[in-house]
Amino acid sequence: MPRDIHAQLAAVTRIYPGAGNQPPVHALGPIDLELRKGEFFAVVGPSGCGKSTFLEVIAGLQQPTAGTVTFEGNVVSGEVAEGIGVVFQEDASFPWLTVWDNAAFGLRRSGVAETEVRRRVEDALAFMGLKDFARAYPSQLSGGMRQRVCIARTLVLQPRLILLDEPFGALDAQTRLLMGDEVLRLWRSTGATVLLITHALDEATMLADRVGAMSARPGRFIEVIETGWPRERDSSIVANAAFGEITGRLWERLRGESMKALGHATMAAAAAE
Amino acid sequence: MTRVGLIRIVVIVALIGALELACRLGFINHRTIIPPSEMATALYSLLASGAINADIERTLGVILLVIALSIVFGFALGVVIHALPRVREALDPLFATYYAVPIFIFYPVLIAIFGLSPMPIVLIGVATAVVAMIIATLNGLDRVPRVLTKVARVHRLGPVTTAVTLQLPAAAPYLFTGVKLSVSYGFIAVIAAEFILSPAGLGRDIADAYADFNNRRMYALILFLLIIATIVNGLLHTLDMRWTERRAGGRP
Repeated sequence: MPRDIHAQLAAVTRIYPGAGNQPPVHALGPIDLELRKGEFFAVVGPSGCGKSTFLEVIAGLQQPTAGTVTFEGNVVSGEVAEGIGVVFQEDASFPWLTVWDNAAFGLRRSGVAETEVRRRVEDALAFMGLKDFARAYPSQLSGGMRQRVCIARTLVLQPRLILLDEPFGALDAQTRLLMGDEVLRLWRSTGATVLLITHALDEATMLADRVGAMSARPGRFIEVIETGWPRERDSSIVANAAFGEITGRLWERLRGESMKALGHATMAAAAAE
Repeated sequence: MTRVGLIRIVVIVALIGALELACRLGFINHRTIIPPSEMATALYSLLASGAINADIERTLGVILLVIALSIVFGFALGVVIHALPRVREALDPLFATYYAVPIFIFYPVLIAIFGLSPMPIVLIGVATAVVAMIIATLNGLDRVPRVLTKVARVHRLGPVTTAVTLQLPAAAPYLFTGVKLSVSYGFIAVIAAEFILSPAGLGRDIADAYADFNNRRMYALILFLLIIATIVNGLLHTLDMRWTERRAGGRP
């Protein structure tokens, strides 16, 4: 594997066995993709196209039916590899723990020395703007802040590949823009490779170096677009003319697929023409 | 104290005062109910004499045993049944209708088998309380968000660590509901069983006082049980409120 390739998917397919008399569901693939070390890659696609399955296969939370996933040269097989961090769409904060204890959870389970836990948690909470809420419980925070708690919990483990599964899906548009800035800041400061799953085309365009547009189920990449943004960027990039062009191009590619996903075969055919 | 709490106390004091007045002024026959102040003094005399110490020890001991067994077995059975979906499917109708069956009809059977000892009381108490704990455990485990299982896998936690550090705390509010119900059912079942047939205990004591028209003793014992039940439920309620507040709101 070349040195700048961080993770690789080779002919990855995921088929769910049918429940009872139902036929199997071909959710994903075949997919071939290389994630470059330190890049920000976003995946967009219609609802139900297999975006989350794609993320879980890379994470090791699901095994591919066929093909292989490698992370840092090692095959990922049914277990989350060390160095991979995942932030989920759902609120995965632990309501019975304070913000501090939430952030420290993974470190304590790994047996890291308490002084090191303290240092890393303090840094992560400061980075995510949660320092003043260290003793609060998740129920006392807004949805955006709870998602930041989950990001802090991932961050303290110093992952080299961060997988974000629609982490801002439940947030309002302005908060999402601001959270996008924070993710960009996190990406730059950690140097980690980031894979973002999102249904928002503008979010993908704003954040990523490359955006992969996925087809309706079974999910395959129908195009991977290089945004060409500088590493130093933030949400103000939405005012850039190229932002509109890239987002428009993405929508052009995805319109027919979204219609297919909604079951409008005739409309999809018309859109293709 | 909150305004609601104050109103609650005022209502209780007013009701006790009204009962006191009704008894003192002869609206209620002394042979039916004695004034609350007399109940209190009778209870004080009973406690000071030490005449009911053995019964208190026996009854509260049996109640504690019933509660402990119900919680431990109810939780363990709940976990096992939750892990076996087909067994659960088979048992679901039983759980749904369990409390529609008067479990006390089996009390004579238990006495016939185990004799007049604390054993039938413990068994009828556990039979009454354990299903509430099983149902609460199933309910709690059903409500553990699936995302927590994924988080556990991301942190590479084993099944036991996942259960102890994530699933149990996530299910805790529902488990605590089971604990509260087990405590209530434990109290009710033990006192009722002692009242129906038992060689000793506070329930038996109340039954004897009732049969002897000894209203002072009977109401003193009822008052004692009311106070104990109120204290225990008050403590559980306070704990529940604290945890709920922590998990569901309040200020940082």
